Amino acid sequence: MANFTLNINGKKQQVDVDPATPVLWVLRDHLNLVGTKYGCGIAVCGSCTIHVGGVAMRSCMLPVSQIGSQEITTIEGLSENGDHPVQKAWLEHDVAQCGYCQTGQIMNAAALLKASPHPSDEEIEGAMNGNICRCGTYVRIKAAIKTASAR
Amino acid sequence: MTAIKSTLDRRTFLRNSILAGGGMVIGINWLTGCKNVSGDAALTMPKEWFDINAYLKIGDNGVVTIFTPNPEFGQNVMTSMPMIVAEELDCDWKNVVVEMAKHDPEKFPNAMFGQFTGGSRGIMSKWEPLRNAGAAARHMLREAAAQAWQVPMDEITTEAGVLFHKNSGKKAGYGEMASAAANIPVPEKPVLKDVKDFKIIGHSQKNVDGKKIVTGKPMFGLDYKVDGMLIAMIAQPPAFGMKLKSFDGSAAKAMPGIKDVFSIKTYNDGYEKAGFDTNAFPELVAIVGDSTWEVMQAKKALRVEWEPFSTYTETVSAWGNTRKVSVPAGLENSTDHFAKMEALAAKPGKVVRRNGDPEAAFKKAAKVIERSYSCPHLAHNCMEPMNFFADVKGDKVKVAGPLQAPGFIEPTLSARLGIPAENIDIEMTRMGGGFGRRAYSHYMVEAALISQKVNAPVKLMYTREDDMTNGIYRPAYHATYRAALDENNNLIAFHVKAGGIPETPLAADRFPAGAIDNYLAEEWSAESNITIGAFRAPRSNFIAGAEQSFLDELAEAMGKDPIEFRLELLKRAQENPVGDRNDYDAARYAGVLELVREKSNWANPPAGVSRGVAAYFCHASYAAHVLDLTIENGKPVVQKVTSAIDCGIVVNPDAATNMTEGAVTDGIGNALYGEMTFKAGAAEKTNFDKYRMIRMSEAPKAIDVHFVKNEIAPTGMGEPPFPPIFGALANALYKATGKRVYQQPFLGDRAMLG
Ligand code: FES
Ligand code: FES
Repeated sequence: MANFTLNINGKKQQVDVDPATPVLWVLRDHLNLVGTKYGCGIAVCGSCTIHVGGVAMRSCMLPVSQIGSQEITTIEGLSENGDHPVQKAWLEHDVAQCGYCQTGQIMNAAALLKASPHPSDEEIEGAMNGNICRCGTYVRIKAAIKTASAR
Repeated sequence: MTAIKSTLDRRTFLRNSILAGGGMVIGINWLTGCKNVSGDAALTMPKEWFDINAYLKIGDNGVVTIFTPNPEFGQNVMTSMPMIVAEELDCDWKNVVVEMAKHDPEKFPNAMFGQFTGGSRGIMSKWEPLRNAGAAARHMLREAAAQAWQVPMDEITTEAGVLFHKNSGKKAGYGEMASAAANIPVPEKPVLKDVKDFKIIGHSQKNVDGKKIVTGKPMFGLDYKVDGMLIAMIAQPPAFGMKLKSFDGSAAKAMPGIKDVFSIKTYNDGYEKAGFDTNAFPELVAIVGDSTWEVMQAKKALRVEWEPFSTYTETVSAWGNTRKVSVPAGLENSTDHFAKMEALAAKPGKVVRRNGDPEAAFKKAAKVIERSYSCPHLAHNCMEPMNFFADVKGDKVKVAGPLQAPGFIEPTLSARLGIPAENIDIEMTRMGGGFGRRAYSHYMVEAALISQKVNAPVKLMYTREDDMTNGIYRPAYHATYRAALDENNNLIAFHVKAGGIPETPLAADRFPAGAIDNYLAEEWSAESNITIGAFRAPRSNFIAGAEQSFLDELAEAMGKDPIEFRLELLKRAQENPVGDRNDYDAARYAGVLELVREKSNWANPPAGVSRGVAAYFCHASYAAHVLDLTIENGKPVVQKVTSAIDCGIVVNPDAATNMTEGAVTDGIGNALYGEMTFKAGAAEKTNFDKYRMIRMSEAPKAIDVHFVKNEIAPTGMGEPPFPPIFGALANALYKATGKRVYQQPFLGDRAMLG
């Protein structure tokens, strides 16, 4: 066990956990931030995507000890009132089916648009291929990213 | 106005009390947030709620809470079911708060028709009850207003949650009359609206949970949490055909945060199982601790010995019959499954339908075409792995989590804990996918047993590996089709023989049965200890692709256009059907083919694309797809899918479109890549690094969905678009490559495994 002070969604948070604990479980179990989802635990499905220092990362294999002072943003902190352009576009296109993968999709899409505000189809596919949607909402995800990018 | 007789038991209209506690509802209306209204104006909760019936209650300020009886797994019943109630209630959709009902067999009796999500029967089975619930409430409100205003009830009209009396100019919101309405007797036969007067049904409404989903609010079973809750995981046999021999939990128990390690048995010895008590591993080792990560680490330290089991029988009582089921010993291999299926396919099967004299027709045929098709087991791979919360305190049980069929598992849980069902409170959380898998909720019983043992609230979580290897898989199937043509290339006989491990996928009375004079259908099956169960459109999800590929090949051999060929057969089935057991409506079937032909511009395909068509009937609905494909860098790229669906009245068109898009994408993924293989009993694909799922770049570039417009009561929607996409893809692949595909997955590695 060790103490970590994390900078999450603009707030300092203290946790006392095993240093090897992946950030995913720190968020979900210790900080009650359950919007970040567990899908595979081996960094191949994208459900657990968060932003670390503004970059999309998979939190399921990211030990808490590696975070240091880097800023973490989770879906809960992406916007104040759920009004990030990506979230709004998601609602406009009513993207979700079961919804389980969608927070990971949104976090990845938000990072993509930050890095490349007007991505081509190929760029969108390349960036989003790491996020599985078992319900098959890919067509809407892509459309929503384009809507958000036009804003 | 159409009056239809209510088929509801009066008990479903039970009114608990007219002054139900307002504190019960802490719903927030997110709907307004999706409708160009600035901000996310939450509805003001009323001071007092008035329960009108099991499906709805009205607040004194006019806010209406509508309960969704069936669990939500992405099919959008949370939105579409309340839409049906709101339509007949004639209230303003903006004033509606939606809540998931708890499992309540008294209010929603019958496990199959009460609160079951599966078989695409949600809207189909609830159409009448939901309409009646809304219409009855509207009737009661009108009667209350009539009494208050001393005017005849039939002079009272409603609009958007307001009652009007035109002659006197009186009006009142529903909220004002709600308390009086709650005392009015429930009408036996409420008058229902005419379909053409619908204002909410048939008009797309946004997902009521949309905002919660995009902001990551806790709503799934895995998000469930109470104070003092422990985390549990299981260790399960590494292979089918094995069971627990012994375990040593001391090292695991000594690890940080670990509370206990013990074994559990899901059923009492000799328990007579119900139809959904399928369970791969009924005896497990449970590890319980403070946090997920700690339990995951302890699981690695657990020492368990497993041993092969001997053949045993169990009693299963389901669908009105009780039978002994043999579970064979052995460590099975997929390669053996395929060899066995080929051997059985070569032998005569059990004849389940015969028309005319197929044997004689085959004998005199000028040409016989024979093709065989097969598919592997599939894992459901719901994005949210199996999990459940349980808190067993003495003889009181609270369980919460993702499940499709609470009514089926409650008796199992009650029997296992020895606690009466009325002491069991089941809360249904939103499911991160289901696809049939969560109709088998053994994991809920496991969670409750663990909670009972440690005497604390517990959340049981399967890891992805547990989930994938503890499956209730889609079976492996095989089908052989034969067609006899005469010297003029007329189809004179048709023969299908289909089977699987361990069940047949055959639906002998479906098209093209009924369209061909000489027809023979045979089935067979082979035992297995690998657990199988419902997977989106069970059986149809294989046989549709096989049959529709074969019909395509047949059309080609006969020199006919594939749509025209099907329509000719359907015309025959409609005008002069062969046999009297045909279970489809040939006119509706033809309707989707005609619609997809028109919408895809079938006669003029875009330059450079290869097209395939397929159609199918299942779950009382009809679906047809035209799939446009190109090959780029040696890989198939689906440019566009045009879909035509006839599922009767479409309650929420945009949501039904989304579900069709999902079915198409899911189907293409499974057809190209989906496969679970077994080696010495062990599921070989344990996570998404090995189990290939369709990704965004492989999904269709566009999906264009059309619904047949009619006034038929809604039929199935979640499953019907899924099966035929396998056929449309196979047929387009042939056009693109000149090679027919007979084995699923079409881009798999089965050849290498063999
Ligand atoms: S849970 Fe992290 S990528 Fe799947
Ligand atoms: S919406 Fe269900 S997994 Fe993506």
